[in-house]
Amino acid sequence: MRITQGTFSHLPDLTDDEITAQIGYCLDNGWPLSVEFTDDPHPRNTYWEMWGLPMFDLADPAGVMLEVDACRTTHPDCYVKLNAYDARLGRQTTALSFIVQRPEPEPGFRLDRHEGADRRITYTTTSYATGRPQGERYLA
Amino acid sequence: MSDRWSAGVIPYAEMGYWQPDYVPKDTDILCAFRITPQDGVPPEEAGAAVAGESSTATWTVVWTDRLTAHEHYQAKCYKVEAVPGAPGQYIAWIAYDLDLFEEGSIANLTSSIIGNVFGFKALKALRLEDMRIPTHYVKTFAGPPHGIVMEREYLGKYGRPLLGATTKPKLGLSARNYGRVVYEALRGGLDFTKDDENINSQPFMRWRDRYLFCMEAVNRAQAATGEIKGHYLNVTAGTMEQMYERADFARELGSVIVMIDLTVGYTAIQSMSAWARRHGVLLHLHRAGHGTYTRQKTHGVSFRVIAKWMRLAGVDHIHAGTVVGKLEGDPTIVAGYYDTLRLDHVPADPVKGLDFDQDWASLPGVMPVASGGIHAGQMHQLLHHLGEDVVLQFGGGTIGHPMGIAAGATANRVAVEAMIKARNEGRDVMIEGAEVLKTAAGRCRELDVALATWGDITFDYAATDTPDVVATPTGV
Amino acid sequence: MCAVRMNGLGDRSAVRRGFAMPGSAVAPAPEVAPVDDGGAAPSLAPDAVVDLAAERSATGVDELLAVLDAELVGLAPVKARIAEIAALLLVDRTRARFGISTAPPNLHMCFTGGPGTGKTTVALRMAGLLHRLGYLRRGHLVTVTRDDLVGQYVGHTAPKTRDVLKRAMGGVLFIDEAYYLHKAENERDYGSESIEILLQVMENHRDDVVVILAGYAAEMDVFFRSNPGMSSRIAHHITFPAYTADELEQIADRMADQLGYVFAPDTRPVLRDYLERRMARPRFANARSVRNAVERARLRQARRLVDGPDPRVDRDALTTIEPADLLASRVFDPEPDGTEPGERGTAEGCGSGTMPE
Repeated sequence: MRITQGTFSHLPDLTDDEITAQIGYCLDNGWPLSVEFTDDPHPRNTYWEMWGLPMFDLADPAGVMLEVDACRTTHPDCYVKLNAYDARLGRQTTALSFIVQRPEPEPGFRLDRHEGADRRITYTTTSYATGRPQGERYLA
Repeated sequence: MSDRWSAGVIPYAEMGYWQPDYVPKDTDILCAFRITPQDGVPPEEAGAAVAGESSTATWTVVWTDRLTAHEHYQAKCYKVEAVPGAPGQYIAWIAYDLDLFEEGSIANLTSSIIGNVFGFKALKALRLEDMRIPTHYVKTFAGPPHGIVMEREYLGKYGRPLLGATTKPKLGLSARNYGRVVYEALRGGLDFTKDDENINSQPFMRWRDRYLFCMEAVNRAQAATGEIKGHYLNVTAGTMEQMYERADFARELGSVIVMIDLTVGYTAIQSMSAWARRHGVLLHLHRAGHGTYTRQKTHGVSFRVIAKWMRLAGVDHIHAGTVVGKLEGDPTIVAGYYDTLRLDHVPADPVKGLDFDQDWASLPGVMPVASGGIHAGQMHQLLHHLGEDVVLQFGGGTIGHPMGIAAGATANRVAVEAMIKARNEGRDVMIEGAEVLKTAAGRCRELDVALATWGDITFDYAATDTPDVVATPTGV
Repeated sequence: MCAVRMNGLGDRSAVRRGFAMPGSAVAPAPEVAPVDDGGAAPSLAPDAVVDLAAERSATGVDELLAVLDAELVGLAPVKARIAEIAALLLVDRTRARFGISTAPPNLHMCFTGGPGTGKTTVALRMAGLLHRLGYLRRGHLVTVTRDDLVGQYVGHTAPKTRDVLKRAMGGVLFIDEAYYLHKAENERDYGSESIEILLQVMENHRDDVVVILAGYAAEMDVFFRSNPGMSSRIAHHITFPAYTADELEQIADRMADQLGYVFAPDTRPVLRDYLERRMARPRFANARSVRNAVERARLRQARRLVDGPDPRVDRDALTTIEPADLLASRVFDPEPDGTEPGERGTAEGCGSGTMPE
């Protein structure tokens, strides 16, 4: 299973040079970047953990890569993503967001169906990873 | 003007509907009409007639005008210009006082401005080219229930066009087979699938069955990919009550989006907008039928005006042209539609057909939808012309893929991601687009086959098309 | 789904081969410019000959050195060191093009000298120079002091220092009065935490950021003695000599000229006298003191013209600094009272000027 959240999930995982190029694009647009990680990639898990504050006023991608590396090293079994934020009036939202690390393997999701009257089905999506406590979800 | 009040028929111009010295107020609604007067009718009189017939006038003098502050309510034609290269055609500029209109009602706005005048005998033809909505009037509408920014945050999808497909064949599939198409397309990589405009509730597939099977497909695809997926469930029906019933069922099943057709009428659209806002469901609008009055150059209503009305009425998606697809549109004119839907301040630009500055006063933008005969091989052109905030709908270009529907979806998704990635890396996608696609196809068989199937990809487009240069910031 | 997991997210060569598909018609243009990107694969045949002068002029280094020369009077030893560094980087680049392996040079530096001797200006030009020579990607300058790096409580310092370093990446980090990072009297001072992080980045991210420490020579010596790790990572120690009276006079001339003033002929000896007295005073801040002196002379000249008996002025009167405009300075008072000479209630040379010489 491979989750396909993020802007580049259908491409091969980006190399560090490719990540650096995307960071450069964001910095050239004046977008601060931030690193986030999680062990629960549920499609509606909006708030991944913040790896520090968003990085404002950076001139060069190396500073961002420093934090990407630090987060990946600290959380080798988590999903890690990079977000770029566009604060312009009328946007004030994420401009680009892509995954820079995935756990191996990705366990994916279970779909539960609760069958009701009139053929109605209520669906619940559950991350298999959350079957275990936080911090132990990707231990082999 | 001494004979202004004499009984009988006098020219509209003399009744005060032609005021070349009038300076439009910030609060006026302004219209630019393309008029083609009957032979012998002076253009100023024709413009004044349009102003009169779309505001206070009737064909003869009535003394009851004198019971009103009639000058306040009269629309004023303040400028008439000949259209270069089109003999017999003129643009008439008309100002309407804000008091002429009911707050928050597209029906009233349109009944006033296009209600009566289009059948007027003194004109051979009449077209509403553009309209300036003052912010005072804009603020009487709530606009899109979500808008572009909220839709992206809702779906968690950023930095690239969204991808969709209309289920084909649009008529005749049973609900179960229909849902199969939805599942395959979504799990393969599309963000949305869509009912077509004429999929409502016919004998071959009733709406309730379709909704149940489609939502099974949507939820399965969501679990298979970890991404939020949607299917535009068309709730268009014969009565408002039926539409509400269908929309309520869709939301109870957890659909993130429902769909209506332009044919339901402006009032029904505004009602569904309020419903969508109340329930947090995205509202997709198919512009069914618009071609009957938007296409002719001399008669009807320009689509950019429809786009403005729909942004006011409040939809989250609207079909707005592809430039490169089967439904041709001039690139700059389509750019005018997209600007109108997405920007907060739209500057006047005659090249784009925009006659007025339009300030939207922070009314959220509408996501334009490009649909009709587009395929993965055009991805660089689509990105160049339409930008990032757009839904690209590849119906045939997904479902017609030789390896299957999911493969078609994957091909499109890989193409769009590769193109965005290359653009962000500082490459000029209009020049290198073919190369970018080829490279991506080298690592993706689905895209390779898609390019081979719809292979007549011409990349000499960059050389002939010079305007609308997209800024391509240089990566490191 | 065709997405393929590539082994190794850290494969740095992948982006270069990324779009070069076999048989593709449009290959990325090979690097044929005389100036290459400094560090790619060898592009020259072993018997090739490179014109270093052409190479040098292509980088635009000479324009930058000329700007520095025009900007800063004197400082011959500093300028010589900068020219050396420029030459080294140029040769390194050229060696790399022949495929001669060259470890990237260590360019962290220490600038020592009094206030107003041009350290910040040189740092700014150094950043531009290193950028033009392809050593730094951006070439911007981030100037900080202890307060920007060191926090107030546990856990505060590391993010502050990292934040500054991240902002400086691609350019030069200039730490003014760097010795304040180390407080010998307080073992638990958070400054040492900041120094640790600086050292790590200076070692592991040489090609991302150049660190310049700056301050008085004596204090820097003490600092290096107690922080041998830092000392060993600084490759270039550049001393900024104090200006001579002649140089200060040149500086005064340039500043006056930039502002559209001239010194009257009989102002010259007064100016010289002023400068010599000023140099002898405490808290003398070289060029910075001269700038302030010129600014104050401007004020006095304006007042003299406005309050003078004859309110009519011509172009000469408006642009000329007369002896009286300098003589009113407190520097000519018989007894120094310890306040900044000539201040007369205005502030001068705050910042690094507070350190006694």
